Amino acid sequence: MSAPLLDLEKVTIKFGGLTAVCDLDMHVGERELVGLIGPNGAGKTTAFNLITGVYQPTSGNIQFCQKPTAGVKPYKLSLRGISRTFQNIRLFASMTVLDNVRTAMQGNRAQRVRDALLRGRTFREVEARVEHEAMELLKIFSLDQFHGTPGKSLPYGDQRRLEIVRALATKPKLLLLDEPAAGMNPTEKQQLMELIRFVKDRFQIAVLLVEHDMKVVMGICERINVLDYGRKIAEGTPEEIRADPKVIAAYLGQEAVDA
Amino acid sequence: MRGKEKLFLLLAILAAIGVSCISSMFNRYYLGIAIDVGINIILAVSLNLINGHTGQFSLGHAGFMAVGGYMAAKLTLVCGPMLPPAAQPFLFAGALLFGGIVAALAGLAVGVPSLRLRGDYLAIVTLGFGEIIRVIFQTSETFGAATGLTGIAKLTNFGWSWGLAAVTVYVVACLVNSTYGRGFIAVQDDEIAASAMGINPVRYKVTAFVIGAFFAGIAGGLYAHHKAVLSPGGFDFIKSIEIVVMVILGGMGRTAGVIVAAIILTILPELLRGVAEYRMIIYSLLIIGLMLTRPQGLFNFGKKGAS
Repeated sequence: MSAPLLDLEKVTIKFGGLTAVCDLDMHVGERELVGLIGPNGAGKTTAFNLITGVYQPTSGNIQFCQKPTAGVKPYKLSLRGISRTFQNIRLFASMTVLDNVRTAMQGNRAQRVRDALLRGRTFREVEARVEHEAMELLKIFSLDQFHGTPGKSLPYGDQRRLEIVRALATKPKLLLLDEPAAGMNPTEKQQLMELIRFVKDRFQIAVLLVEHDMKVVMGICERINVLDYGRKIAEGTPEEIRADPKVIAAYLGQEAVDA
Repeated sequence: MRGKEKLFLLLAILAAIGVSCISSMFNRYYLGIAIDVGINIILAVSLNLINGHTGQFSLGHAGFMAVGGYMAAKLTLVCGPMLPPAAQPFLFAGALLFGGIVAALAGLAVGVPSLRLRGDYLAIVTLGFGEIIRVIFQTSETFGAATGLTGIAKLTNFGWSWGLAAVTVYVVACLVNSTYGRGFIAVQDDEIAASAMGINPVRYKVTAFVIGAFFAGIAGGLYAHHKAVLSPGGFDFIKSIEIVVMVILGGMGRTAGVIVAAIILTILPELLRGVAEYRMIIYSLLIIGLMLTRPQGLFNFGKKGAS
C-alpha cells in the first residue's frame, strides 16, 4: 500500500490533567471510507479537532499528504485538502444556500481586494465560474431549487446535506464528517449512508466518519477505529469490530461480554 | 449587470460635483448640514464594514477619524500657504489621502493585536485605543494641544463630501458582494466554520479594520476642512457611539439602511434645535423607541445576503 493520505502517529493531547486522546495511531488511505467510533466522551471530536488543526497535539505526529500538520492553522489545512462538517450544524446563518456554497469556494480562487473593487473581466469570469460550479454542486444533491432561500430555513436533513455540499465546495481530498446521523430518524439515516457512499465514489475522496450510531458506521465503513477513554481499543473491518469483546465491553459494559 | 457598479459610482460623483457647482444658490446653513450628512455617510458605511459585515464590534471609529482629520489639516496648514490657489484642490486631495493612509496604518496597528479578542472585549479595547489617540492629540503641542487646530482652509464642499461618500459606498458594496468579500460575512456568521472552509479570519478582520479606518480618516479630513477648526473634544467616544448608532439603526450589514440612518441621525438633531434644551432627550427617546420597535434595524427586511 502507498503512503496513507492521513497518518496519525502516537498522537496525545492533554487538557491540564485530563488526557483526552492518548497514543492514537490511525491512518486513512486515498479514497478510503474509515469510521471512528466510541462511546460518548471517548475523544472522537477531539481527534477531529486535532486533525483539522483546531487543537495542537501535546505529543505525536499528524501527517497529511506526507506533510506534517503541526502548527498549521485550520484555514490552511482546509486549503491543503481537509474539509469537514460539524456535529452541531454550523452553516453561515445570514447567507442563502447558494452563498453558503460560494463562500466555501473562495479559498480556491485567486480573487483579491483589487479584483473585487475594479470589477474587471477576470472578476466577472471568476464570479460566473464560482456561481456555475456552486449551482452544479447543489444540483448533484438536488438542493439547487432552494438556492435563494436562507440556509438556516432548510429542514434539518437538508441542512446536514448542505453542510456536506459546502465542505465539498472546498475541493477536499479528505472529508471529515462529525456525527452526520445525529438527530436523524432511521429512514434519514439510511439515506445518509447512501449519500456518504455516493459522495466518496463521485468525488473520489477519502472520508473519515465519526459516529456513535453503530448501524451507520457498520453499514458503510471499510475499516473502523474504536476509541474508548481516549485510547484506541480496536481496529478492523465491521465484522471484526462487531465480534471484538473489548468493543462490546466499551459499549455495553463488561457484563455483556461475560454473559 | 456588466459595469453597473462603476456606472453608479461615476454618476454619483458627477451628480455630487454638479450640485456642488450650483451650491452658491443654496442656503449656507442647509449646505453645511448636507456636507455633514456626506461625512457621516462615509463614517457609518465604513464602520458598517467592520461592525456590520465582519461582525467585529469596534468603538474606536472616532479615533481613526481624528487621525485622518489632524493629519490632513496639518498638511494643508503647513503646505497651503506655499502653494498657489490653483493647486489647493490637489493639495486637499493629497491631504485627504494622506490622512486616510495614516488612519489606515493606525487601524493596522490597533487591529493586529486587538482583533484576537471578540465581542464586548474587542469593543472595550477599541474604545480604549480611540481614547488614547484622542489624548495623544490633546497633549501634543504640534497639534495645538487642548485648543486643537484653527484656521484650516475651508476646502470641503458638497462635491467632495458626497463624491467621497459615493466612493465609500462603492468600495464597501463591491467588496462585500464578491467571492472574496463573502469571507467577511462568513467570519461574522461563524468564525470556526469559516476557517474550516479555508477562510483566514484574522486576515479578513484586519482587512476590514484597515479599510474602515482608511475611510474614517478621509471623513476626518473632510470634517476638518469643513469646520475649519479641530479640537480633540470632538473625537471622544460619544462620537464613536453616534456612528455605531447609525450602523445599528440602519441594520447591521445593510449598506442602504445605514446610509438612510446616517442621513436621519444627522438631520434630526438640527430639526430639534427649536426645542433647545430638550433636544438630546427627544433624540435619545427616539433612538430608544426605534430600537424597541425595530431591533433588527430600520431597514433590515430579512433578506440579508441577497445581492
